[in-house]
Amino acid sequence: MLSKICRAAVLELEGSGVGVSVLTDDGARGIFAASDDLTHLLEELQFTLGEGPCIDSFLTRRPVLIADLAGDTARTRWPFYVQAVTAHGVRAVFAFPLQVGAARVGALALFSKQPGPLGRDVLAQALTFAEIALTTVLDSRGALPEHFSVQGLYESPGYRAELAQAQGMVMVQLNVSISEALIRLRAHAYAEGRPMHQVAQDVIDRKLRFDQVQP
Amino acid sequence: MTDSISSIFDKGPEVAMTAVSPERLAKIFVEISDTLVDEFDLIDLLHTLTCRAAEVAASSIVGLVLADHYGKLQFVAASREEARILELLQIQNDEGPCLDAFRTGALVADTNLRDASGRWPRFVPHAVGAGIHSVYAFPLRLRAQVIGALNVFGAAASRLQNEDVSIVQAMADLASIAILHERAMSRGEELTAQLQHALNSRVTIEQAKGAIAQREGITVDEAFVRMRHHARSTNQRLLDVARTVVNDIASVPELRTSDS
Repeated sequence: MLSKICRAAVLELEGSGVGVSVLTDDGARGIFAASDDLTHLLEELQFTLGEGPCIDSFLTRRPVLIADLAGDTARTRWPFYVQAVTAHGVRAVFAFPLQVGAARVGALALFSKQPGPLGRDVLAQALTFAEIALTTVLDSRGALPEHFSVQGLYESPGYRAELAQAQGMVMVQLNVSISEALIRLRAHAYAEGRPMHQVAQDVIDRKLRFDQVQP
Repeated sequence: MTDSISSIFDKGPEVAMTAVSPERLAKIFVEISDTLVDEFDLIDLLHTLTCRAAEVAASSIVGLVLADHYGKLQFVAASREEARILELLQIQNDEGPCLDAFRTGALVADTNLRDASGRWPRFVPHAVGAGIHSVYAFPLRLRAQVIGALNVFGAAASRLQNEDVSIVQAMADLASIAILHERAMSRGEELTAQLQHALNSRVTIEQAKGAIAQREGITVDEAFVRMRHHARSTNQRLLDVARTVVNDIASVPELRTSDS
């Protein structure tokens, strides 16, 4: 599923490759997926070298947008990485953290063989793909069917605050990580066939407790 | 659709709100510019800004929304973090003064909401039900782009004085500058990335509010007050406190109310 998302993203974003790396909070690398073999290699490179925009994007929790890898900034920041990827013809790289608040699972990278910044629309689309990749990673951990991912994190706008509050509450109820709390909330909504924001509201109103729900 | 400032003032018998003193105003702007240092706490600054704007627009509540990458308005800060205010901001993704200000880039005002149900048939009953009778929405502008809106809710059907309208708009402009400059622009980050970070910071704070509310058996509104007080008294950024709460709540001592 992640590879499918990478392939769809590379077509939509008009780059030369898209890769997703799944990382744990302590920076250890998990699975990763890519739109093609070269991108797969490029993704692997930064973990071999221990430096690169995906790692930085994950650690700083911010998009890292490098419109020209030949520039001094990139060369100073990641000397080995820049040398290695430019040897493969890559001229620009854009990395986006996969995160919801403090819950983070990895990073999505868009590679381009042409230097130049991303337009506003492409940037917005890339953020959307990062969100899809994030929900896919979480849902696969929660053993939810693939089609559920397509619904995204927020089935309707304007409920983010409530969803996030409920995630924090469930985290404490179950004594689990915030990512795990998010997975449990989504799994519950899926099992009950209810919209996420209703489940979240019940948690906030103390009508639903996850430590009293049978798994 | 959008009232010009002059037409608001022609509008009639409502009481004008008092203007803030020049001394107080100077203090407010010094306080805010003092905060604009390296790696400052954006959400905390925006919270302070909404509190000061509420002070300028006497007896009102001020909220701030930013557009996400879908163009949807998301809550970021409010002078009073109450569920009813969050809701009033959030329902404006369908209709309301914030959405109008965001779309037109112009100031939107209605100083007697009871008569405005034709203008916003869904928003007005919600607002009046929450005790709100006047509303201003100031666009957050950055160059040619509108990135969000600052919403002033008044408990009475009242209007702002002309100079106060200018002051609140200046505060809205200051919020836009703060969002763009949270991180040095030399890093080449774009506005969309900055907005994304601001919105995600807000999500982290909401997660922490939920965690504290659950642990201490209090409302999420109260959890925010306690977290902010804890950040102040331990000289930490609100966002850092929120991250610690979410990542390792056991390391955070039980939080007390500000007056205890």
